[in-house]
Amino acid sequence: MSEHSHSPAWRAQPLGRRGFLRVSAASAATVALVAATGCDTSTPTPELPDPHLLPLPADDNGLFYQTYLLALAKSTLYQKVVETPPADLTAPERALFLNMYDHEVAYRELLRYYLDPALTAQLFPTDFAFNLSSFTLSTRAGLLAAAQKLEDLAAAFYPVIIPLFSSAASYQRQLLLKASSVQARHAAVVRDLLVPGSFANDDVVDAAGQLLPKTPVEVNAALAPFFAPYVISVASLPVPVV
Amino acid sequence: MNFFNIINQLAEVDPDVMGRLDTRRSVFNSLTTLGKRTALAAGPALLASFFTKAYAGTTAGDPKEVFNYALSLELLEADFYKKMVASQYFSGQSAAYQGAINQILKNENAHVALLQAVVSGIGGTPVTGNAFSTTVFNGLGSFAAQLEVAQLLEDTGVRAYKGRAGDLLGIADVTIGGTAYNPLETALRIHSVEARHAAHIRTMRGQTPWITGSGDKDSQPNYAGAIPESNTTQSGVSLIAANAITPNTTYSAADAAASFDEILTPTEVGALVTPLKQ
Repeated sequence: MSEHSHSPAWRAQPLGRRGFLRVSAASAATVALVAATGCDTSTPTPELPDPHLLPLPADDNGLFYQTYLLALAKSTLYQKVVETPPADLTAPERALFLNMYDHEVAYRELLRYYLDPALTAQLFPTDFAFNLSSFTLSTRAGLLAAAQKLEDLAAAFYPVIIPLFSSAASYQRQLLLKASSVQARHAAVVRDLLVPGSFANDDVVDAAGQLLPKTPVEVNAALAPFFAPYVISVASLPVPVV
Repeated sequence: MNFFNIINQLAEVDPDVMGRLDTRRSVFNSLTTLGKRTALAAGPALLASFFTKAYAGTTAGDPKEVFNYALSLELLEADFYKKMVASQYFSGQSAAYQGAINQILKNENAHVALLQAVVSGIGGTPVTGNAFSTTVFNGLGSFAAQLEVAQLLEDTGVRAYKGRAGDLLGIADVTIGGTAYNPLETALRIHSVEARHAAHIRTMRGQTPWITGSGDKDSQPNYAGAIPESNTTQSGVSLIAANAITPNTTYSAADAAASFDEILTPTEVGALVTPLKQ
């Protein structure tokens, strides 16, 4: 499988930032404006919504959007690896990354499909991207460090969000449930490549043998630098017990 | 009307459907015997009775039973790795191999302790025993043969936890020893560690860390089931159909299968692990 011949769907679509904001942020912006004007007895100065602020929708779709962003991040990283692998990455290691790239594209596209089955909407602005420039992708060590960061993040995220889905339609949960253990397999492999035998080290597994979790807020903070100048808000997403 | 398609589609959105129905086999037996005797007109009524039975009053499972089910599998795994570490083949292995098995044993022992605490904490009685069969273990004549069983245990464990997720959904948080647990999240965090074990052991064996269908054990019943690991349809969408979800893109069956781990029902897991128990 290869998608090198075409751009990802979210890039190929016409500019849709205005549409995204209108749909997803209208209520938040309205509340903000009402709050700002309602409490101000002097001349009101309404604040325009930040054009770079992308609030994820509430509830299940917000969780799906954030999962999509993780798949977008990983598929972007792995596409780069597949196209221009570090010189010191061995052939068997390249094969693993090609597999993981294919998996992440499948997640990304399937999630995109469920967010917009008609495949016509622009989910994010056309210039929205996961920026790889802070990673050192010319060396095996640099690549593995980048991959481990993203894989551990995703693996820790899935078990937290699956219980948060509220819809009676369980296909969304099933999809993530079935992908969650493959995320864990990815994380284990990447960790083992970087530090052999570190697949379940104490920095990711607690003393009770549970994977240490990451909440939507923690995942968002970890990804934030890579989506600049855009700012993703997960304020509307459900909050887990941990 | 294709009854089997209905079952499969239901299983896609609800992996517990097989558990909710008495068992897959009893459904099929009923179909073949009853089906012969009833007119086609009775088909819908027959179906209705199955699904009423399957879903009546079962919005969630009994968490005590689900966690004891998980505990029984963890006890089996923990004892297996304990036997591995004590076996004559262990001391001759590399530090990396010994370290990996010790790491996994440590996690499995922790899972046993955690699940015992959870079962007790929600008012149940933790299951005990469930040692790995000494006879079966002694029949494993090399470290490599032991690793084969380890791979099957780990991959089966992942699928078994997944198969009970629906029974824990919506179960209220519980506080045990001052710590709040979401039952489903706890199970999924443990299941995630099992998947890390599976990936490492598969790598030790020279297999892909994920289940592509071309592995040396992929034809074992551990990878079969009502929804086999080779499944390439997710939530009603065939990933290997041209342009199914992405214009100009067709996903390979190996990628489509490897991207998702499938569930096993308690009945299926029981058939796999019962011969391994002491």
